[in-house]
Amino acid sequence: MSTTGFNSQNGAGGGQAYANGPSQNPVALQQPPGVGYGMTHQAPYNLMQPKAPMPPGPGLYHSGPYQPVPPVSSYQSSPPVSSYQAPPGQPLLTRPPMGGPLPHTPPQSASPSPGPRMPPAQATPPPPAVSSNSYYPNAQQQQPPMAHAWQYGTAPPPMGAPPPMNTPSGGPVANHVNLPASSTAPPQSSTAYSSPPQGPVSHNATQPPGPGMPPTSLHGYTHPGTAPPPMNPMPPHTYQPGRPPYGPPPTGPPPTMKPAPPPTGPPMGSATPPPPKADGTMAGNGPQTPNTYNHVDNKMAGPPQSGPPGRQLGHYPSLPPGYQNTSAPPSSASPMHPPMPTATQPYTQAPQPYQQPSAGPGPAQLSPSLAALSLQSSTPEALRVVNLLQERNLLPPGPIPAPTPCLPQDLQKINCNPEVFRSTLTSIPQTQSLLNKAKLPLGLLLHPFKDLSQLPVVTSSTIVRCRSCRTYINPFVSFLDQRRWKCNLCYRVNDVPEEFMYNPVSRSYGEPHKRPEVQNATIEFIAPSEYMLRPPQPAVYLFVLDVSHNAVETGYLNMVCQSLLDNINALPGDSRTKIGFITFDSTIHFYNLQEGLSQPQMLIVSDIEDIFLPTPDSLLVNLSECKELVQDLLKSLPNLFEKTMETQSALGPALQAAFKLLSPTGGRMSVFQTQLPNLGVGALKSREDPNQRASAKDIQHLSPATDFYKKLALDCSGQQVAVDLFLLSAQYCDLASLGCISRYSAGSVYYYPSYHHAHNPAQVERFQKDLKRYLTRKIGFEAVMRIRCTKGLSIHTFHGNFFVRSTDLLSLPNVNPDAGFAVQMSIEENLLDMQVVSFQAALLYTSSKGERRIRVHTMCLPVVNSLSDIFAGADVQAITGLLASMAVDRSVSASLSDARDAMTNAAIDSLASYRQSVLTIQQPGLLAPACLRLFPLYILALLKQKAFRTGTSTRLDDRVFAMCQLKYQPLAYLMLMIHPALYRVDDLTDEGALNINERTIPQPRVQQLSVEKLSREGAFLMDAGMVIYLWVGRNCNPNFLTQVLGVPNYTAVPQNLYLLPELDTAESQRTRAFIGWLRDQRPFFPTLHVIRDESQLKANFMQNMIEDRTESALSYYEFLLHLQQQISK
Amino acid sequence: MAFTFAAFCYMLALLLTAALIFFAIWHIIAFDELKTDYKNPIDQCNTLNPLVLPEYLIHFFFCVMFFCAAEWLTLSLNIPLLAYHVWRYMSRPVMSGPGLYDPTTIMNADILAYCQKEGWCKLAFYLLSFFYYLYGMIYVLVSS
Repeated sequence: MSTTGFNSQNGAGGGQAYANGPSQNPVALQQPPGVGYGMTHQAPYNLMQPKAPMPPGPGLYHSGPYQPVPPVSSYQSSPPVSSYQAPPGQPLLTRPPMGGPLPHTPPQSASPSPGPRMPPAQATPPPPAVSSNSYYPNAQQQQPPMAHAWQYGTAPPPMGAPPPMNTPSGGPVANHVNLPASSTAPPQSSTAYSSPPQGPVSHNATQPPGPGMPPTSLHGYTHPGTAPPPMNPMPPHTYQPGRPPYGPPPTGPPPTMKPAPPPTGPPMGSATPPPPKADGTMAGNGPQTPNTYNHVDNKMAGPPQSGPPGRQLGHYPSLPPGYQNTSAPPSSASPMHPPMPTATQPYTQAPQPYQQPSAGPGPAQLSPSLAALSLQSSTPEALRVVNLLQERNLLPPGPIPAPTPCLPQDLQKINCNPEVFRSTLTSIPQTQSLLNKAKLPLGLLLHPFKDLSQLPVVTSSTIVRCRSCRTYINPFVSFLDQRRWKCNLCYRVNDVPEEFMYNPVSRSYGEPHKRPEVQNATIEFIAPSEYMLRPPQPAVYLFVLDVSHNAVETGYLNMVCQSLLDNINALPGDSRTKIGFITFDSTIHFYNLQEGLSQPQMLIVSDIEDIFLPTPDSLLVNLSECKELVQDLLKSLPNLFEKTMETQSALGPALQAAFKLLSPTGGRMSVFQTQLPNLGVGALKSREDPNQRASAKDIQHLSPATDFYKKLALDCSGQQVAVDLFLLSAQYCDLASLGCISRYSAGSVYYYPSYHHAHNPAQVERFQKDLKRYLTRKIGFEAVMRIRCTKGLSIHTFHGNFFVRSTDLLSLPNVNPDAGFAVQMSIEENLLDMQVVSFQAALLYTSSKGERRIRVHTMCLPVVNSLSDIFAGADVQAITGLLASMAVDRSVSASLSDARDAMTNAAIDSLASYRQSVLTIQQPGLLAPACLRLFPLYILALLKQKAFRTGTSTRLDDRVFAMCQLKYQPLAYLMLMIHPALYRVDDLTDEGALNINERTIPQPRVQQLSVEKLSREGAFLMDAGMVIYLWVGRNCNPNFLTQVLGVPNYTAVPQNLYLLPELDTAESQRTRAFIGWLRDQRPFFPTLHVIRDESQLKANFMQNMIEDRTESALSYYEFLLHLQQQISK
Repeated sequence: MAFTFAAFCYMLALLLTAALIFFAIWHIIAFDELKTDYKNPIDQCNTLNPLVLPEYLIHFFFCVMFFCAAEWLTLSLNIPLLAYHVWRYMSRPVMSGPGLYDPTTIMNADILAYCQKEGWCKLAFYLLSFFYYLYGMIYVLVSS
């Protein structure tokens, strides 16, 4: 009989003491080396949970965990007991066929605003309505030549060189004396990552994140008859054969973009309950398990309740002044966003249930008929026709939730969390031709190793899988009877093994459908030895540090050594953990740290042509045995090279040496590089022509100059070595070439342009926080990820950092919780008789404790056969994310302008297809379904994103880094990098605030990214993912200046302010709480820059004003006209 | 009936085309294995890459022979393929070794499909040219 231990695990999930967040359990237990798998680890835990009541029963499977606390299990909002039925075969999915979309002509409103902005289509587009206050960067009010500026991508009239944006604010790292006192900063960082994002991490049990809509708002779209030119039936889309189907079909409801308040991920640090691993032996552990559960439960239950309700109250009616004057309806179009309690709008009510199914109890209580009703009525909402030319305020006031697939309640309840697994189309088209018609891309976005606060872990001697396709048993299989189950991917009928008949949760026999594997769409198995090709490797960390003159000048070495010293006990690992160091300039230096030496011994190898390891076995040493030597080395390292005059950098040979050192075990190599490598193999030349930075012509050199790094990365991948690259350089470093080393070995790239310990304190702080997270976050070694999908679907292309080993298998030498992946899918065989299809991502990895584990995510989506259903299920954020990845590939393989055209075409084609095939009534204007209303905005944002923009000065490395980010970041963070969030912060109130851990977090509404929204009297916070700008208006409320910034007046605001003073005022606390909350939601540390009119960074801030025109790019309105023109052609 | 240089060219081309047919079959099998997961892309690229240049050179070689033999029609039939080979090799990814295939991109469905299609087309072309050369050889032998 199987021993199945079930326990909840906190994000840290890996298993034992994982530090999910950065530092938490330093207590990690030490195991004797050589521990194999089946050990019981005890949860070393927890500091934080003592309060929770402890249910008694220790023992192994304590049902404890599972039952008493139903809501905990993240994916099931209702008691898990509800019996599972609804095998795919059943006709559950009856989705009423939809007629045409509802013709919606919104009531006319009085607001004239759109009027003036609608010139006949071809006239020269008026400058954005900014006019009077010209915050507008170099706004040229008149731009005659613009008339034909519609062709995108081609050069718009250059208007003078834009100010150089990325110039290092610290100045080029010149000769500065260096070495900050070694104490810089380490200590404080602890809060950054560890404070749990607010509470509820569970997907379903929480309330929907989105703030409500203004309860009273009426739709006031103007509908002037005059405006847009009449549209004719659409011509066949302008798809060009040459281009890959870039944007096939259109999409759907908005995905959540940013910090969705409640469900934000895993509280990273703090509350990780150690997974008590249950196998039979763990007596002592028992009590802890339940404990954990309850604890989490509390967490979840608490905040959400208090939070959301608060937000719904009267927050929105009082709009920021700026908002009221401008055009009409505040956010009229956001009906998609969940909580709209009192909504008066006709459309908004219906959708509610549809959107909210995830919102805990609500839907669960609906009677079936009601639920059916809600399904029906919701469809029209996603499809409500929006005339983009007339409705200006489309941006919802808060985060955008992921659309909910149109599945029966009981399936949806257990479906995978959209933060982990998300599809661009929540309704899968039945055939490829239907998909081609919709012109929306079909794909998946994954964040498979995300830190989860709740993760059931199962230890079982047999893992139940389909015998033909090897799918893991999951909630979407059907049980034909007690003894047989039918695979939901290949439809083979399998036997239920004997062990599986016993349910450890309820300790009952004969209920296989109640096993945790069948109740959770995300689950982790502890794998038995069949899943190992070799004994699990220990955690091995190798640091490869640049110590050339340039590197020493930047002073980064101190920071790295100090961070390592501080976190040396928090490195994930067990008693077998190994560590090693290599430094290099024009030679390679190894450090012998063998036990017994009185101090570290440096060994220099100057023959970089034929690199060898001087003493192969004492360079990587056991961390716990040699900790003192390691600490000695870290303390002395920064001083060792203080006076170096060596300017050359032999990165290639150093990497080869590091690879040799790691190849017997595998592990993680962290490379710190500060200049262009110019010696030995892998030497690179500067390819950037600074004069071309602002070129509107094609950008060259986006692809690698040499394949040395790629080949080395493939070798590394074969030996289970991942390379993480930290690039700290003021000059061009050819990231396009260097980045390959991380890209194909599943590493990550960090880039700190113009890092300098004294000149760029903001960058230093960011580096320090990132390092801390990097060193202490969870890590999985020798991993592979396989993505399976229902027969008929197949994987087209993968995006992310990895090596593709076969059509559905990714090789990931390391996997970390901050990595995202995207997959393009295609439909090879028609899905004719299917009502649902499933996708399963299985990640097999070795935890830092030397345990082989498998994390399995399964997602189920409905199949539809009408275009309108496809559009209704489109997830606009996921589509944007996938298009961004596709565009990056295109820029490298073809050209940047090609990629830009492809993105524009994606928007044109999908909207054209919608107009042609779905709309029954042809109205004038640029029509989009409500779920795609943000699509043109996001596409425009992408075109203006650092990675793809043209005509604005962008350093090549910045551009390439932005591209890396687009492919690598999970969607939630990615969306902020594409479309930043703008908040007004000078009038923060506690109204509608969230309450998390006793902290009150105000929730200002998200503003459109237009200078029009800025006012000189206010202060605005722009959250662009990696960086946060606080823009202070010239006539800013003096109260804000004194209470928050701590300065008497505007002129006293310092030029380079990157820290808010900790004042003891309510305003200051609110602002800091809000910024802190934004930061806590992501695994990297965004720097804060306070900006005033004269600031250097103002240009960067203004470039993020996506809806405005810049010298080289269209405004949002112009872009819409362009789309409209193309569509009606 | 005389054994002319042209006849010699045809005979040589006949033999070499037979070799090219084997190359094409090998290519098709290799990509099929990739698609069905039997092989690791790195190994597969390592076996395929060394064969690319020999194939192109063989084809180039008998094109030159036909040129010398003034067989203009035959040459003109082969010119498009020759041009394709040149283009294909010019636009290959950045690589230090010879060859065309990059293990990091080869698994991309578009590229995989393209390579497979390329294999089939070449096989068809070589087969047809095989018979054409046979015919050409006999014709030259008979007519002279």
